[in-house]
Amino acid sequence: MKRSVTLQINGNRHLVEVEPRALLVHVLRDELNLTGTHVGCDTSQCGACTVHLDGRAVKSCTVLAVQAEGSSITTIEGMASGDGQHHPLQTAFWEKHGLQCGFCTPGMIMTAADFLSRHPDPTEAEIRDAIEGNLCRCTGYQNIVAAIQAAAATMRAGKTGAAV
Amino acid sequence: MTTLFGSGIKRREDPRLITGSATYTDDVKLPGLVYAMFVRSPYAHARLKSVDTKAARNAPGVVAIYTGKDLADRLVPVPCAWNVPGCDLKVPPHPLLAVDKVRYVGDAVAMVVAETRAQARDAVDLIEADYDPLPATADPEKAAAQGAAQLHTEVPGNIAFTWTVSGGDAEAAFKSADVKVAERIVQQRLLPTAIEPRAAVASYNKGSGQLTLWATSQNPHIHRFLCSVMLKLPEHRVRVIAPEVGGGFGSKIPAYADEALTAFASIDLGRPVKWTEDRSENYKVTIHGRDHIEYVEMCGTKDGRITGLRTKVYAGLGAYASTAAPGIPTILHGLVYSGAYTIPNIHGVINGVYTNGAPVDAYRGAGRPEAAYLVERLVDIYARKIGMDPVEVRRKNFIPKDKFPYTVATGLIYDSGNYEAALDKAVGILDYKAFRAEQAKARKEGRYLGVGVVSYIEICGLGPSQVAGAVGFGGGLYDSALVRVYPTGVVKVYIGASPHGQGEETTFAQIVADEFGYPIENVEIIHGDTDNTPQGWGTYGSRSTAVCGSAVKVAAIKVREKAKKLAAHLLEANEADLEWKDGKFQVRGTPSKAKTFAEVALMANVAWNMPPGLEPGLEASAFFDPSNFVYPFGTHICTVEVDADTGAVKILRYICVDDCGPPINPMIVDGQIHGGVIQGLGEGLQEIAVYDEEAQLLTGTMMDYAVPKASQMPKLEVAHTVTPSPVNPLGIKGCGEAGTIASAACLVNAVVDALQPFGITHIDKPLTAARVWAAIQKAKGGKS
Repeated sequence: MKRSVTLQINGNRHLVEVEPRALLVHVLRDELNLTGTHVGCDTSQCGACTVHLDGRAVKSCTVLAVQAEGSSITTIEGMASGDGQHHPLQTAFWEKHGLQCGFCTPGMIMTAADFLSRHPDPTEAEIRDAIEGNLCRCTGYQNIVAAIQAAAATMRAGKTGAAV
Repeated sequence: MTTLFGSGIKRREDPRLITGSATYTDDVKLPGLVYAMFVRSPYAHARLKSVDTKAARNAPGVVAIYTGKDLADRLVPVPCAWNVPGCDLKVPPHPLLAVDKVRYVGDAVAMVVAETRAQARDAVDLIEADYDPLPATADPEKAAAQGAAQLHTEVPGNIAFTWTVSGGDAEAAFKSADVKVAERIVQQRLLPTAIEPRAAVASYNKGSGQLTLWATSQNPHIHRFLCSVMLKLPEHRVRVIAPEVGGGFGSKIPAYADEALTAFASIDLGRPVKWTEDRSENYKVTIHGRDHIEYVEMCGTKDGRITGLRTKVYAGLGAYASTAAPGIPTILHGLVYSGAYTIPNIHGVINGVYTNGAPVDAYRGAGRPEAAYLVERLVDIYARKIGMDPVEVRRKNFIPKDKFPYTVATGLIYDSGNYEAALDKAVGILDYKAFRAEQAKARKEGRYLGVGVVSYIEICGLGPSQVAGAVGFGGGLYDSALVRVYPTGVVKVYIGASPHGQGEETTFAQIVADEFGYPIENVEIIHGDTDNTPQGWGTYGSRSTAVCGSAVKVAAIKVREKAKKLAAHLLEANEADLEWKDGKFQVRGTPSKAKTFAEVALMANVAWNMPPGLEPGLEASAFFDPSNFVYPFGTHICTVEVDADTGAVKILRYICVDDCGPPINPMIVDGQIHGGVIQGLGEGLQEIAVYDEEAQLLTGTMMDYAVPKASQMPKLEVAHTVTPSPVNPLGIKGCGEAGTIASAACLVNAVVDALQPFGITHIDKPLTAARVWAAIQKAKGGKS
């Protein structure tokens, strides 16, 4: 028996009919065509499916869609501003070559965004710890860490109004 | 005018990837799409007595169910495409679905097609397969032993081949040598773990007879051919599209049954069909890497001259011969036993063995990391034995820089090299002498520091097609490009290679833009679709830039030469009087008489005023076949501290000096090195695919298989030397596998060096704390 679920995704309200067992990630990808969120494992290790649920990073392969009823969700498609301006993390991943095949990138950016919102000035070691739930096989993480550091600096400067 | 070649510009691939607007295979949706899923054997070896599909056929949403018996006459078995000569290779049939026997955990026995993914999964659970288990082993040495369970009636003793490499007289060298060292080395099975699992979407049009297959592929042209064989379709009726591909590392080279079966279902049902591998399925059935058990020996003089190397290797192939499997532990392994050294006498015997594990095929480096590992471990063991510094032993045995091209004992001709320069640079970055002093001081305090050095070479830029033919590779190894200039002067380049993260949309555009005096925005690189790209052989073996990039360069030069002819006509000048300057064809000495490339492109495309004999249009293709492999090299140095109480290894510094020739985009080259090194450190430190005594896979999920995490890995110090290759017009070599080839050996050398005070000479990777601790306990005389 399908259930109706109302989800607020990237600022838009969606009403979807889902099976109670449907995972949030499958509803995002298959029902709502938000295919920027990826699936890389089935045990919540890889983090490719990370989205924001009411402001916190969660692995959307570990959330039932019905659990997200009434929640506000942000996916990678919602990270750029309305006029298409990249989020500082998107810019930094591009500038620092923080991605190769790109499959882990959306999840990596979503995790980093949540982390930086709570730790605006992290050390390299703190960044490495923060993203250990997100696996990347291409980059060896070095440029991902550099990108998150660069984005943190940009975001701090943006908050204080200082020049970047 | 500044050039883009050599510039670390941002990647053009990235805007779609960082915004979630890229299309990977599983993102492809078609009207009427149905979903395929497989029933897989839980046994490593069993007779398949029956497959009962009755209950599943009546389950909601089920469209079709196929078993091996249904398909036996309709499809051709999965082919093996590397028929290595001279080794009595035996390739038993590999049915797409098992018919009467399963040979590894994950061997598929039935395929379900249903309206939704969930319905397909429900139906899989309703299928009852009845098995009669047989003895099994995933250990290649045990599988080769007398009395082992026999996998295939066509392959007595499970020996797929026995291949020998020989140069000089190793027997005589060992007989007369002053110093001999020997070791048994296990190079464990690894799970390639591209973060995107495999997937396929097939759409067959009954009216046109045309099959379109979106697939996670490193080499769509090879997949088009192999799919046409399995499906018995003419090759021109098959179109393979590799859209965005989320990493491969070799695991997306082979032809697998699953993609072909997905295509078959679409043909049979007349509906588009999608199959997406889940991770546990990926770990069970997508190819694994390495899996060698090696008996290795080195001999030499007391003063550090290496005179011989011998090996006897059991290379596990898994249950069936995957696409390139026979060539990996032979051609790509045994031929590089000389490493960076002048080892005059070499003898290796490689036994390819069928086991009850998943098929083993090319995994990043493919045969060459296994060779570099055993050579570099032996050099260290030999250096200890004669009491000489391992750096000095390497230096003493290097092929000197003035001896290139150099023919090693195994017959390869190394194109270029300057090994000592890379070693010197790496040693300098570390301050090797100072570290040795620090190590001596630390030992007095009961702390165990170690330094590992590896000087590697690799064969890549695969490779001359004539050599491919001579070594039994079932295809060519040239690559191709078609450069097409539009009327407004903008350029599309269609390439035969199939990048999946390596950034060739950027680097190849850098090559072309330079030829035409263009900003990079005017050039677009197209890849991955067999219907619009020229025949090419794919992206693997660090070959795309050296081979396909060269084709791009040659095609662009052809286009510019034609444009020059037309420019001369339009300027009413002799072609010989024109020069290419500041992005224009100019009459020498008269800069006002000039035509930009875009102006010429417009006239070529409208053809209102062409000189006699010159065809309209402005495009050219090139098929570049290199004259030799390229041989990147370098020296990596790793320093570690080992906690002798727990066995935990801490990497202190990791320094890489790699020579891949002149970099087109240094930022991308360094990114390749980073990824490669960390993958090799994963192999050295923590990754291992474990099968138990009954060949059950114990590391079937990411919870059990230790893919490196950011917090476990060091920050790398990356440097380069630049020695251009003479075998291609760019002088470049390849950098995709270099890091992986060096780093596992480098880490193990460092840890063993740290444990010198315990008299430990070797520990098999991965060097988990448990293994290192056990080795220390054993050395102390306690129980391991």
